[in-house]
Amino acid sequence: MLDRTDCILSVSGLTKRFILSTPWIVRALSGRPPRTVHAVEDVSLTIRRGTTFALVGESGCGKSTIARCVAGILEPTAGTIAFMNRDVTGARGRAGREHRRHLQMIFQDPYASLNPRWRVERIVAEPIVTHDLLAGRRHIEARVAELLRLVGLSPADARKYPHQFSGGQRQRISIARALASEPAFIICDEPTSALDVSVQAQILNLMRRLQRQLGLTYLLISHNLAVVAHMANTIGVMYLGRLVECGDAERVFGHPLHPYTRMLLDAVPDLEMTGRRRQALGGEVPSPIAPPSGCTFHPRCPLANARCARERPQALPNGDVFVACHAVEEGRIEVPAAANAF
Amino acid sequence: MADPLLSVRNLRLEIATRRGPLLALDDVSFDIAPGEVLGVVGESGAGKSITGTAIIGLLDPPLRMTGGEIAFAGQRIDNLSAEAFRLLRGRSIGAVFQDPLTSLNPLLTVGRQLVQTMRVHLDISPAAARSRAVELLAEVGIPAPTERLDCYPHELSGGMRQRIVLALAFCCEPRLIIADEPTTALDVSVQAQVIELLRRMCRERSTAVMLITHDMGVIAETADRIAVMYAGRVVEIGPATAVLKGPVHPYTRGLMASIPSMKRRTADLVQVEGSMPRLAEIPSGCAFHPRCPVRLPHCDCQRPSLMNAGDTLVACWLAAHGNVAPTRETIGHA
Repeated sequence: MLDRTDCILSVSGLTKRFILSTPWIVRALSGRPPRTVHAVEDVSLTIRRGTTFALVGESGCGKSTIARCVAGILEPTAGTIAFMNRDVTGARGRAGREHRRHLQMIFQDPYASLNPRWRVERIVAEPIVTHDLLAGRRHIEARVAELLRLVGLSPADARKYPHQFSGGQRQRISIARALASEPAFIICDEPTSALDVSVQAQILNLMRRLQRQLGLTYLLISHNLAVVAHMANTIGVMYLGRLVECGDAERVFGHPLHPYTRMLLDAVPDLEMTGRRRQALGGEVPSPIAPPSGCTFHPRCPLANARCARERPQALPNGDVFVACHAVEEGRIEVPAAANAF
Repeated sequence: MADPLLSVRNLRLEIATRRGPLLALDDVSFDIAPGEVLGVVGESGAGKSITGTAIIGLLDPPLRMTGGEIAFAGQRIDNLSAEAFRLLRGRSIGAVFQDPLTSLNPLLTVGRQLVQTMRVHLDISPAAARSRAVELLAEVGIPAPTERLDCYPHELSGGMRQRIVLALAFCCEPRLIIADEPTTALDVSVQAQVIELLRRMCRERSTAVMLITHDMGVIAETADRIAVMYAGRVVEIGPATAVLKGPVHPYTRGLMASIPSMKRRTADLVQVEGSMPRLAEIPSGCAFHPRCPVRLPHCDCQRPSLMNAGDTLVACWLAAHGNVAPTRETIGHA
C-alpha cells in the first residue's frame, strides 16, 4: 500500500448513477419502471503525487463521470474521495472552494471552454480573483504574463480574445488558467482530442514539461491509447463504469491481462504496417442503462463461461496489476510472458 | 499504370468572400486507378474534404471551382449538369461521410433508404430491391437483417449506422467510393470493425476508394497510395510504404514523428512548431516554409511543384537539389 504522503488522491467504492426517469405520474400511467444509468460502479483507485494516471475506455464507460466526481462537479451516489488526505466527497462551500483551488481541470474543446466575450487576461486571472490569491491589478497582470510565458504564449496575448487564437493556442490558454491557482492536481479530460496531431504533440510536450517543472499530478482521460502510452505512469482501463484492469502503464499495455484490454490494444491501427491481422472481435459497448449481468464484458468476451454471466468478478491483484476477470483468476487465459513487447 | 478511374488535374477551388476570393485548393492533381485505395491525409484546413466534395459534385457556394478538371472513367465530370451528376452520384461514385446520424435520413426506415437508392439508379423491382437490401445488410454484418430493415436510424448504435451507410454506398455497385473520415466518430473497437469491412467490400468488388482521414494509423492499414495535403496543396504523394516509412517532405516527416507511439516512450515528441495557416494568410512560396526546420533561402518566394524523389512525388525544393538526405533513422524520433 502507498504511504499517506505519497498518495495525493484516493477514491474508494465510487459509484455514480443518474436517474433517467420520466415524472412519476407518467411512469405510473405507462407502467414503466424507473430507469437509471449506471455510469460508474464501485471504482477504487489511488494516484501518487507527481505521476500521471490515465483512464482509458470507449465512449460511455464512465471516464469523464469519475473526473467530474473528483473535481466536485458531480456528487457521487456512493463512495468516498480523499484528496491530499482530506475527505472531499461532495465538498461544498468553503471546503469545496479550497479543494478546487488545488485541483483544476482542462477540458476537451478549447472552443467551448473559454468565454468568447472575455479577454485572455480576464480568463487566466479568474482563478486568482476567485480564490483571492493576489491583491492589486499590477500583481495580477504580472502573474498572468508569467503564466502565459509558462505555456508558450506571449504576455501581449493577454489583450486578445479567444477567437484570435488557433485551437492549440486556446488549449494553452486553458492550461494557463488551470495553473493560475497553483494547483497540485490537474484533471485533463481528453485534452488533445480536438487537436491535429502536430498540435497535439506540442500540447503533450508542454504538459510533460509543466509536470517536471511544477511537480504536477495529472488525471488524464483519453480514448487515444497512443497518447495514454506516451503520457501515463499508471493506467486504469474502464468498461461500462467499472475498472477492469489497473496498474503500472508498461505492465498494462505491455502484458495486458484482461480480455477487454487485449481487445482494445488489438484494435489500435498499426502504423508500422507489419501486416498484422487483427483478431476480429465483434459487438459494441452495451447500454449502461441495462448492463449485462455478472461480468459486464461477458457478451463480447471470447473466454466467457456460465460463471462470467452470473457472478461479478472482483478486482484481484495479479503481480502489481489489479484485474477483474474470472478467466484470469482461474487461469483460463494464458498469461503471456512477453506477448506485446513494449 | 492502366487508365486511371479518376483523374484530377490542376484543381483549383475558391471561396468568395466580401474581401475577395480565398484560394482553398490550389493546383491539386492526382489519379486513382481502378480498385486502388488512395489515402488522403492532412490536418484540419488542408483541403482534404473539399477535394472529395468537388469530386462528387456537391460544392456549395461560396465554394466554387475556378480551374482544372476532374475526369471519371475517361469522361469529364466537373462540367456536368446537376441532373446528370445526380445520376452518376450514388450509381458510379458512392460516398461515406463521418457522421452516420447526419448522413442517414432520420424520417425513413433503413430499408426504405436502401430500396429507394437502388430504385432510382437501377432497373429493379421493389421486391428484388428489398431482398437485395437484406443481402447487403447481412453482408455488412448486421444481425437479423430482415427485422432491421424496418428500423429507423435512431434505433441503431453508431457502429450499426455506419454499417448501414456502407451498405447504402455499395448498393449500386459503384466503381469509386469517396470515404470522408468514415471512422472518426467511432470508438476504436468499432473503428477496427468498420475499416476491416470497408477494406473487404472494396477488395471483393475491386472498388476504388478515396479515403480521407487525419488518422495515419487508419491510412497505414488501408491505403495503397497516400497523398499528403497541406494548406490546399498536395505536398507528397506516393506508394503507402514509401510515404510512411521514408517520407521526404519536411511536413510529412514532422507529422509522422509527432504521432505518439504505442511502443516507444520517447522523452518528448518531435514537434512541428506553429499550426496550419488560415486561408486568408497562406504564406508565399512554399506554404510550409514558416514552420519548416530545413528551409532554403528561396523557399519563401518560389513555390515548388511536385517533383520526383525516389518512389514518391514531393513538392519541396530539397528534392530538387537532390539532397533528400534523411533516411529512415533520421526521420524523426530524435
